[in-house]
Amino acid sequence: MSTLAALARLRALQTGTAKRLATVRHCHLSERPMVFIPLRLAGEAAAPLAAMAGTDPARPRLLVVPQPRDRDLRFAFTAELAEILLPYVEGLQKATETVERRGAEPYERCLDAPQLIVPNRGAVAFVHMLGRSTRFRRAEGPYAVHPSVPVLGRWLTFLAQRAQYPGSAVLLAATEALSLHWATGQSMLEDANLASLLGWIDPPAGMTGASAAREAEDPLVWPPAGPATDPGFDTEVLVPAIRAYEQRPTERAAARVGEAVRTQLEPTWGLMWRAIDLLGGLPAGPGTAARWEADRASFTNFTAQLAEGGPPQPKRDGAVGAASRLARMERAQASYDAQRAYDDPLVMAGHRLTGEAFTGTVVATDPDHTEGEGRGRKLRPLLTIRTTDPARLAPGARLGTPERRGQQAEVVEIAGGLVTLKIIKGMGRGKAATPGAVPEVGERVCYAALSDEFQPPASLPAPEDTPWTHGGPPPEHVPADEDPEEEWS
Amino acid sequence: MTAPMTGKDVSPGLEAATVVDAVLADLPRHRGVVVDSPPGAGKSTLVVRAAGHLAAAGEPLMIIAQTNEQVDDLIVRLAAEHPGLPIGRLSAADYLVPERVMGKASVGTKLPELGDPAVVVATADKWAWVGDRRWPWAIVDEAYQMRSDKLLRIAGLFERALFVGDPGQLDPFSIVEGERWAGLSWDPLQSAVAVLLRHNPGLPVHRLPVSWRLPATAAPVVSEAFYPFTGFKAGTGPGERRLSFAVQGMRTAYDLALEEAAASGWALYELPSRHTVRTDAEAVQAVAVLATRLLQRAPLTFSERGERPVTPERIAVGAAHRDQVAAIQAAGLPAGVTVDTANRLQGREYDVTIILHPLSGRRDATAFHLESGRLCVLTSRHRHACVVVARAGIPELLDAHPSADSVQLNVPVKFPDGWEANQAVLAHLAKHRVEAAPFR
Repeated sequence: MSTLAALARLRALQTGTAKRLATVRHCHLSERPMVFIPLRLAGEAAAPLAAMAGTDPARPRLLVVPQPRDRDLRFAFTAELAEILLPYVEGLQKATETVERRGAEPYERCLDAPQLIVPNRGAVAFVHMLGRSTRFRRAEGPYAVHPSVPVLGRWLTFLAQRAQYPGSAVLLAATEALSLHWATGQSMLEDANLASLLGWIDPPAGMTGASAAREAEDPLVWPPAGPATDPGFDTEVLVPAIRAYEQRPTERAAARVGEAVRTQLEPTWGLMWRAIDLLGGLPAGPGTAARWEADRASFTNFTAQLAEGGPPQPKRDGAVGAASRLARMERAQASYDAQRAYDDPLVMAGHRLTGEAFTGTVVATDPDHTEGEGRGRKLRPLLTIRTTDPARLAPGARLGTPERRGQQAEVVEIAGGLVTLKIIKGMGRGKAATPGAVPEVGERVCYAALSDEFQPPASLPAPEDTPWTHGGPPPEHVPADEDPEEEWS
Repeated sequence: MTAPMTGKDVSPGLEAATVVDAVLADLPRHRGVVVDSPPGAGKSTLVVRAAGHLAAAGEPLMIIAQTNEQVDDLIVRLAAEHPGLPIGRLSAADYLVPERVMGKASVGTKLPELGDPAVVVATADKWAWVGDRRWPWAIVDEAYQMRSDKLLRIAGLFERALFVGDPGQLDPFSIVEGERWAGLSWDPLQSAVAVLLRHNPGLPVHRLPVSWRLPATAAPVVSEAFYPFTGFKAGTGPGERRLSFAVQGMRTAYDLALEEAAASGWALYELPSRHTVRTDAEAVQAVAVLATRLLQRAPLTFSERGERPVTPERIAVGAAHRDQVAAIQAAGLPAGVTVDTANRLQGREYDVTIILHPLSGRRDATAFHLESGRLCVLTSRHRHACVVVARAGIPELLDAHPSADSVQLNVPVKFPDGWEANQAVLAHLAKHRVEAAPFR
């Protein structure tokens, strides 16, 4: 936890209401997100019990597995879920834009992408598990399932895997999205409880956040947001209802299980839309659009892969696949960190406290300063900034600035509250700097050792050329009936 | 203890030479050979020797190091040991040739610019951009600091390779969570050697048995704490290295700590127990004062290299975090004294080191602070003495935070355990404890 976040938490504790950690919203919020609240059977990794899903707060769809130990019923549930999720996803594939690229063919990109919002981290993991247990299923052969089930599995897997990229917004956990923007006076573990987190952020009239959060801890008033259910509910309500269904699998018995889980899901359904409203009330940070663009591109790519009939995503990454995914994730993390700081002075303040960034007033400039002789002569405008921040930067460190994105400066010297920088990029190619590129004396500026510049990594070998150090080329994958089986199942 | 059996007892030099010969003999027999080298065990000497050995056979050789500084160091040593050997250095476009490298290697950004030298040296990052050529031989230096995804990018460039590195130092890291790949034999976050050995378990692994850097006072401590199953010994015997001061002390706590370090090779300058911020002002000041005082006392070293004064360049200050380094710098260190993080001190050598203990003043012991490699780097940079500055209460902190990482399937157990290594070092330091002067 940063010093600033710790301070915000202390203040929240002192005042009894949550404190803002951000001035803008750092995650994209779709105009039509889908809320998905899954519940699973206690003690099982991926046995769905029920779910509430939908894009309209007034019309939630309730899905129930009246006997979660029955695998046929489980896959009937996933087929029903596919009926909700697949039309939503496919509806977003139609509208596209043409993207021009320098040095490459233009391509089509979807104008929007799906956004699934789940209550917490556990639900994200459940989406991943549900995807894994369904994507290898087949519509024919032994244990055949509805043809939509494997397609659903691939989409759930796509969403869960994409969510591992820092800054992606296709699959959001409400508690994490809220915690990114608000600090509460409770522990981070307690923040994973959606009801008590919302109690802190948006307490009912006449209550403090602290007391609202305390009330939210009562599972009879606010049932857990899943995927695990309240043990008291399990023994007293769920078990008898499932047993009754087991003895006489009638519609009425199924409806009894349905009504039981509805009581557990409905409160959370309301909380989810409140969380979305709260997040929607914050102005979007400029970087969210760029990150959503990456999500849209990823969505478009996956749509194409699916249309071409590619195989389901493998259970494990190969050597080359793992290395390339790691490179992409590291790039996403670096640009996510930089964009958030540049979008939001409150996030930047955290970096200023650690000395990686500083804010100050320009006290002197030399806009025509050059380095080198003859043809190697380069324009390197100098500026000196007076700052009271504890800037801890080494000479030669590369800095960027939120005021002039794309500009790069290098630290020349730091001494006694004065920082001398030379601008090395983004001041124009002419003999003199572009007007406005070099800050004026008296201007307030901020510089930070954060960069969202992308340096393409060196290429990786093709998977079939995996070297001997990494186990050699992997065997070719042949789809088989055993694919859905797990070592532990 | 029994007296050394003269005659049957093998000298450290001979022992080390036997291992080097075995490594060179293994080279043509295997696709890869791994050499584990504890701190200061002559890793660079081995690389230079193996390079000469391979180049003498007339086969072109590529050498892969991890940082530009390491590349430059290797070139300087190669040029000194093998004066006739043509060396090439691949570099980035903005690389400035340091004076010590000038005239010793042909420098270029692309292979054709180098002519056709017998040995080409570059960083792993640079090698990843060199395509379409295959070398019969490669030497990978600091292979334990190299992430396996880097090796994946360049492994297609060579037929056979010698991997040299120190398994006790810091593991490579990433800014993203890598749980997704935990347990995979090609986990990209593992070190190059870990992945290599998991796929090729039959490759020979040699160990250099003697540390020429660490004095007889430090080698057993470091060996026991960080290399519990593959120990090593010091190249010099007890009393062969000495540290003394030309200027008399004044019996202050600082002087006492320095004298303890001079006499026993270690000192723990212990501040009163307290939870502090990372840049603990008192600890930072203690580090700075100790460094200043050390130079004021005009220290002299006696060793196999003769008698030498300890200049500021031979002193290093180490800490875990960058902001601690900056704070120590700001507190005022004598000019010329190196101060840096453990990551950047890797592979370097000094006469005396002063370190700020990674767990000093902390409320919790996170995986970062418990990582054995961090403490290993900090406590194994010195030829003569190491002064540790810490708050009291670290053993209690460790007891309150046993390592409790979740167990992942198929992940090989890694030794040493950071928690245990920390305990071992602290247990030894407790014998050389000097209570801090009251802070004014």
